[in-house]
Amino acid sequence: MEEYLDIVRQYDVLGAFWVNIQLAFWAALLSLALGSVLALFRISPIGSLQWAGSAYVTILRNTPLTIIMVFMVLGAWGQLELTLATDFDLNFFWLAVVGLSIYHAAFVCEAIRSGVNTVPVGQAEAARSIGLSFLPSARLVILPQAFRGAIAPLGNVLIALIKNTTVAAAASVATETSSVMRTMIEFRPDYIYAIFFTFAIGYVILVTPVGLLSTSFSRRLAVAR
Amino acid sequence: MDHSGTTPADDQHPPADDSHLGAPLVELEAVDKYFGDLHVLQDINLTVRRGEVLVVIGPSGSGKSTLCRAINRLETIDSGDISIDGQPMPAEGRQLARLRADVGMVFQAFNLFAHKTVLDNVTLGPRKVRGLSKSDAEAEALRLLDRVGVKNQAAKFPAQLSGGQQQRVAIARSLAMHPKVMLFDEPTSALDPEMINEVLDVMEQLAKEGMTMIVVTHEMGFARKAADRVVFMADGQIVEEATPEEFFHHPRSDRAKDFLSKILTH
Repeated sequence: MEEYLDIVRQYDVLGAFWVNIQLAFWAALLSLALGSVLALFRISPIGSLQWAGSAYVTILRNTPLTIIMVFMVLGAWGQLELTLATDFDLNFFWLAVVGLSIYHAAFVCEAIRSGVNTVPVGQAEAARSIGLSFLPSARLVILPQAFRGAIAPLGNVLIALIKNTTVAAAASVATETSSVMRTMIEFRPDYIYAIFFTFAIGYVILVTPVGLLSTSFSRRLAVAR
Repeated sequence: MDHSGTTPADDQHPPADDSHLGAPLVELEAVDKYFGDLHVLQDINLTVRRGEVLVVIGPSGSGKSTLCRAINRLETIDSGDISIDGQPMPAEGRQLARLRADVGMVFQAFNLFAHKTVLDNVTLGPRKVRGLSKSDAEAEALRLLDRVGVKNQAAKFPAQLSGGQQQRVAIARSLAMHPKVMLFDEPTSALDPEMINEVLDVMEQLAKEGMTMIVVTHEMGFARKAADRVVFMADGQIVEEATPEEFFHHPRSDRAKDFLSKILTH
């Protein structure tokens, strides 16, 4: 037991989880922003925007995340020389955040759209009838209700996002959990089960509250009709 | 009464006194609309004058709700012209929004903004469309809520109110925009019977105060008391247009006679 704790400290397991939490935090913010814009495109009355929104969702949702992450490093950085930070490791961190964000934005968009479907069409008609045009009625009437109807599906996207941050390993973020776990197992194969369960249980502890909170919020914030 | 030289329909009845009515405000010209193969509005020509209360009645599926919704373009039309106060209804965009702000609409299902308080429901349009300050909009909203008798509910959310109260808030929300004309799309059809009168009372009061109103309803009592003119629709057409007196006592068309016999026997 003493030796196990030494290994955990030696490889900085908590630090590794902290990297994934940071990846998840920034990717959650960015994908929420991008996903909201995409949702706005998809419900807008303008055909070309609808088309752009659904094309984005179709392509990104159906591309494996690993491929997107590898592209961020080999394509966006390696070929296109996209640099997001001067520090080498920090650059990979932000490339991973962008990769996670553009991928999960597609799912955020669909979650918000399912929220829009919980808003009766009469709400939009009433907004239009008092003279609000598309953007104000979306901002003031439709989206506030849609977000509250989308909390549970958005919670599911966040859960997937947190776990998917481990794919950042494919974007050369070497300090995150799955990379650290592999290194640990490589050097201490005698503790393989303990190491494996440490990370598995770590994620269960990290993700469970998200599910509980989103269920409770979706009940508490539900729009009474 | 002797009205020599008039059409037969005028023989038995004096022409309606329309001296209180102003210039044409809502004009529909040769309006046609299809839902797929269904011709829901067939060559509709209709003029509503300033201060007039027009009641549209007819069996369900006759196109009367569609007609009402077409006037502020919640339904598009396939051909014809609709103009409000001399301005043709724009197809879309900012100008359409501006014109809609001048046309109040009260829905069958109330459609109050479910995530906003009663007060915020009434102030949203004045603040965001008319650019009123919060305090001005709220003062006006409270005055209007008082007028429709629900001022004490101002801080509540729509779901906490009865249907009749919600519909009166919806009327206040429309009034807050100072509309030139108000459309009522079956405003009492979703209400429990004991709440219908509280809404009709508010509407009658509005009519008395000279509001131009187009009311789609099954409330014949309201039509008798408040309407200047009744339009009877069936199968997407205007079958009959008359004063309430004339329409209810001497309907000319078989469709109208049939309809009235079905609803007035009980």
